[in-house]
Amino acid sequence: MKEETYRRPVAGQDHPANLSPAYKSTVSRSPSRPAIVLPHSLSEITGPLLREERLDSVENDLTRRRMGEPLGERIIVQGRVLDENGKPVPEALVEIWQCNAAGRYHHPGDQHDAPLDPNFYGGGRARADADGNYKFITIKPGAYPWGNHHNAWRPAHIHFSLFGPAFATRLITQMYFPQDPLLAFDPIYNSVPEAARARLQAAFDMEATQPQWALAYRFDIVLRGRNATPMENT
Amino acid sequence: MSRALTPSQTIGPFYFGTLANAYRHDLAMPGVAGERIEIALTLHDAAGAIVPDGLLEVWQANSHGRYNHPEDRRNLPLDAGFEGYGRASTDTQGCARFGTVKPGRVPWPAGGLQAAHVNISVFARGVLNRLATRLYFDGDPALAEDPVLKLVEPERRATLIAKRDAAGVWRLPLYLGGPNETVFFDC
Repeated sequence: MKEETYRRPVAGQDHPANLSPAYKSTVSRSPSRPAIVLPHSLSEITGPLLREERLDSVENDLTRRRMGEPLGERIIVQGRVLDENGKPVPEALVEIWQCNAAGRYHHPGDQHDAPLDPNFYGGGRARADADGNYKFITIKPGAYPWGNHHNAWRPAHIHFSLFGPAFATRLITQMYFPQDPLLAFDPIYNSVPEAARARLQAAFDMEATQPQWALAYRFDIVLRGRNATPMENT
Repeated sequence: MSRALTPSQTIGPFYFGTLANAYRHDLAMPGVAGERIEIALTLHDAAGAIVPDGLLEVWQANSHGRYNHPEDRRNLPLDAGFEGYGRASTDTQGCARFGTVKPGRVPWPAGGLQAAHVNISVFARGVLNRLATRLYFDGDPALAEDPVLKLVEPERRATLIAKRDAAGVWRLPLYLGGPNETVFFDC
C-alpha cells in the first residue's frame, strides 16, 4: 500500500483558512494548531459510497416534493463531479439544500422575516451517472440577511455535499450565482483564496435552458484526485 | 486534463430539516457481528461552550477489521447490514450519539496494525473546512503501538481516546479550539 493515495491540497491555494476572522463564527470554532499530516491508510482511502441508498426518482426535483409548485424562478442546476485529474467520479452521491425564493430556510432556527413556502422544503439528492453527470431542478434561492456584521446579506447560494470515493475526498461547499453583487461583501465566499473563488460560481448555461420552462446553470465539482502510481503509468 | 479543486465552505446552521436523511445514528442492523457499543460525542468551541448545530459523521471498519469499500481487498468477511457510516446532528447539549459495533483493527501502510478506531468528520457553522479526527478506545492495549497516536505529541493523545462511562457509553468530547483542542488530521 502506498502512503499517498490522494493528492494533498496545498495550504492557502484552494480551501479557506479555518480562521477567517471576517466570518465571525470562525473565531471560536477554528483549531489553532496545525493538523497532523496522516499517511493514507485504508481508513482514509475508503469511505461511504452509499451505493445501496435508494433514491426516489424525484429526489433531484426540489419543485415536486410537496403538493404544489413552489414560488420562484425555476432553474436547472447540473454539472459533473470530477477529480483533479479530470476523471469523472461515477455514481457519486450529491446532496443539496437551500432556502426558498424569499430567502427563508425550512428550519426552526431561521427567524428571517420572510415567508415560508409550503411547497418548498429545500433538500434534494441525486446520484451522478457513470460519467459523473448530475442534475437538479429547483428554484433560485433568495438572498437573506444574517448577523455577522451590519447589514450583512448572504448572496444566493445552494449548499452541496459530496462523498466521492473516500473519507479523504468528502466535501461540503456552496454554489453561488454568477455576477451576484453580494459576493463582494460576503465573508464566507471571500474566505476562499482569491484565485479560487470563481470556482464556486455556477455558469449561466443557455444551452441547457428549457424554453417556456426553466433557466439553467452549470456547476462542475472537482474532488481530490489520486496520485499517479507507477502501475497506472505502465 | 487537470482540474482545480472545488473549495470547501461551511455547512452553515440550517442544514438540519433540509438535508435529506441527515440522521443515521444506528450503524449496525440486528444480527451484525461484533460487540455492540454506544458512542457519545460532544462538540465544544474554543471557549468550551457547547456547539448545538454541528454535524458529526463517522466511518469505521466492521468487527472483523474490514471496510465496506472496494479499496479494501483483504479476505475478511463483510457483514450484511453494516456499511460503517453514520451521521448525526449535535443536540441542544452539543451531543451526537451513535450505536454501532466495535471496529476491528486495520493495517498500516508501513506494516503492522492500527489500534481499533472510528474516523470522524466534524462540520458546523463557523467551520469552513471538514475537520477530521479519530476516536480510540481507552484501555485498549494496542494504543501503545498505534502508528497514528505516535504521530501525536503524548500530552495531546488523550483528546482522541474515548472513555467508558458508568452506563457503558464511550464518551469523547471534541474541542474546536482552546486548551483542550482536539487533534485534527490532514488526511
